[in-house]
Amino acid sequence: MHRIVKAEFLNDTVKRFEVEVPDIARSRKAGQFVIIRLGENGERVPLTIADSSSGAGTITLIVQEVGKTTFFMNKLEENDFIPDIVGPLGKPTHIENFGTAVCVGGGIGTAVVMPIAKALKEAGNKVISIIGFKSKDLLILENEINEISDEVIITTDDGSYGKKGFVTQPLQDMFGNCMKIGVVYAIGPMVMMHNVVMVTKPHNLLTYVSLNPIMVDGTGMCGGCRVTVDNQMKFACVDGPEFDGHKVDFEELIARLDTYKSMEKDSYSRIKEEYCKCES
Amino acid sequence: MAEKKKKAPKVPRQKMSEQDPLIRANNFDEVPLGYTPDQAMLEANRCLFCKKQPCVKGCPVDIDIPGFVKLIAQGQFLGAAQKVKEKNILPAICGRVCPQEEQCEKYCSLSKKFGSVAIGRLERFVADYERELGEVQVPEIAPPTGKKVAIIGSGPTGLTTAFDLAKLGHKVTVYEALHEPGGVLIYGIPEFRLPKDIVRAEVDILKKMGVEIKVNYVIGKIFTIDDLFNKGYDAVYIGTGAGLPYFMNIPGENLIGIYSANEFLTRVNLMRAFDFPAFDTPVLDFRKAVVFGGGNVAMDSVRTALRLGADTATNMYRRTRKEMPARIEEIEHAEEEGVLFEYLVAPTRFIGDDKGKLKAVECLRMELGEPDSSGRRRPVPVKGSEFETECDIAIVAIGNGANPLIQAETPQLATNKWGNILTGGPDGRTNMKGVFAGGDIVIGAATVILAMGAGREAAKSIHEYLFDVTWEKEPENLDLAEDTV
Repeated sequence: MHRIVKAEFLNDTVKRFEVEVPDIARSRKAGQFVIIRLGENGERVPLTIADSSSGAGTITLIVQEVGKTTFFMNKLEENDFIPDIVGPLGKPTHIENFGTAVCVGGGIGTAVVMPIAKALKEAGNKVISIIGFKSKDLLILENEINEISDEVIITTDDGSYGKKGFVTQPLQDMFGNCMKIGVVYAIGPMVMMHNVVMVTKPHNLLTYVSLNPIMVDGTGMCGGCRVTVDNQMKFACVDGPEFDGHKVDFEELIARLDTYKSMEKDSYSRIKEEYCKCES
Repeated sequence: MAEKKKKAPKVPRQKMSEQDPLIRANNFDEVPLGYTPDQAMLEANRCLFCKKQPCVKGCPVDIDIPGFVKLIAQGQFLGAAQKVKEKNILPAICGRVCPQEEQCEKYCSLSKKFGSVAIGRLERFVADYERELGEVQVPEIAPPTGKKVAIIGSGPTGLTTAFDLAKLGHKVTVYEALHEPGGVLIYGIPEFRLPKDIVRAEVDILKKMGVEIKVNYVIGKIFTIDDLFNKGYDAVYIGTGAGLPYFMNIPGENLIGIYSANEFLTRVNLMRAFDFPAFDTPVLDFRKAVVFGGGNVAMDSVRTALRLGADTATNMYRRTRKEMPARIEEIEHAEEEGVLFEYLVAPTRFIGDDKGKLKAVECLRMELGEPDSSGRRRPVPVKGSEFETECDIAIVAIGNGANPLIQAETPQLATNKWGNILTGGPDGRTNMKGVFAGGDIVIGAATVILAMGAGREAAKSIHEYLFDVTWEKEPENLDLAEDTV
């Protein structure tokens, strides 16, 4: 059982938690994730560790409500408990001084790219962050990203904040300005990562993506998270979650993400309905 | 045989009653229902109590088989349970999943002419009797030695080592990566073959003996082996098993609907996907399932698919029924329940629809050629024999390699080219001082009881090491079976 020491909404559907898991707080590195389970009937859900404090023995998780488990997760408050947390899982991000590093975060992916940006900064990189959201009301972590970046560009699809458009536009512009970039980290929805990779590919610019395929155990045992990278089968949980984006078969990955879509959607709407009935 | 001329037992080998095949094909309840006390006594009285005890030689954990069978014959069931548990901490589990026909029962003096004494069924009977009576005894424990041992993995080998070391008075902590202890007993073997309450009950005995079980700990990630020594453990035992699924490397293997047996069984057993949405983890809806492989895991997978409501559940195997490594009992159960078998076929590619969903598999017919290194005749493709079979899920049950997590984070630990940890023999000593290994992580995917046997040997060796820390052995290369399918 792990106590939540702090819980706050970052927008209507995204909540930040600080949870006591001292052994993980001490051992985790940027880019690694945990798997949580909320109870006896619960599923195992992978979540990236956004930050940690080894002093306080806490890790930070940022959760967007997208289904049944995250619906209940975001109902949790300070001093509630998360029964199962296992980690740190996956390989840590490859961090070195690349000169200039561009960190691209799309939506909730901003929470995942944040620890990487922080680690890149600490390794001496000039960090340019591009974070994108559908609209201003979904914006998260602006201050945190500002703190750890040398430069921040914010985009919104509808133009309600920052630049109008997608995260790929400012990246394109950088190439137009002949800016020297050492590496790109792109984390967000699959389609966004795919688009970023398409932008950087003609420039042959090393681009890491963090993949979140369907996962069960997170220790390489089930093979559910297999992805094709460089025409080879890799398990995102133990070989990843980060891979060279230019080598990832996104089409296959995007199709596989939909495996349980209709079942999960039903389960989510059923639970919302029941919950609303109880509330009223 | 030094025994006197064998007399025919008065009664035949007693059958266990079973759930009707057509009913059980629709539920997850256990298939065999166990002996009644009368049946158990009848069966036990068939034993000749031979002086040479050939059965004991066939038991990887050295159970005093004639001893416990005699107690059953006398109606002393609790005493019989105690007798078994002197050597085997998981009797209710082993009585169900051990391949007795290859071990103790194979060597029974009655086996050739009259059918061996049903040792496995008797073992199961006494363990169940004791548990159902609520009289499970916690074994006596030696005074504390002050020594601490960390065990990585709570599968059969880890649990056995933990038991033996705890009994000797050592402080034992078992680290388990999943949220529930038991390893393959929990995530792999289905409820209808091994009810999970039985696993939990047997794990509870360990807890009562003072063994600490820490779930959700992935050693190699949260702590390294060195961290464990720094935490004050005097020795470490690695029993992380064969948890890396093999795929077939044929086109289309990442289509939606293709599962490793590990994933399929974990979803259904550990995560209880059969009860979705009451349980949150789903498994795909399907009508036609095909399963590739011929071992017990393939049988577990295909029978599970049937129970999830498949219209057809077909097992495809590249050799014939005779070469299947699965226990004959499991094959028969599957046949009775309506599983379809296609022998001498091997898949060549999976075919999907425009959404990336599996819709068929293309296979080739095979014929048997010369025997290979395993002694079984090698399947050879028949040219031009391709055919398609419609299916909406496919389960790949062709075996598992060594779980790579610890080795990846412990480069100094010697392994072979398949990632199995090298040891200096049955004592389980690796090339790292104080680090022992055993079970599937050393010998490759095998059986529950072999893993337990390895755990027992390692426990002896760890116990010796705790009082005499010399470490001389260099691990030698082990002969590993090249092919278990």
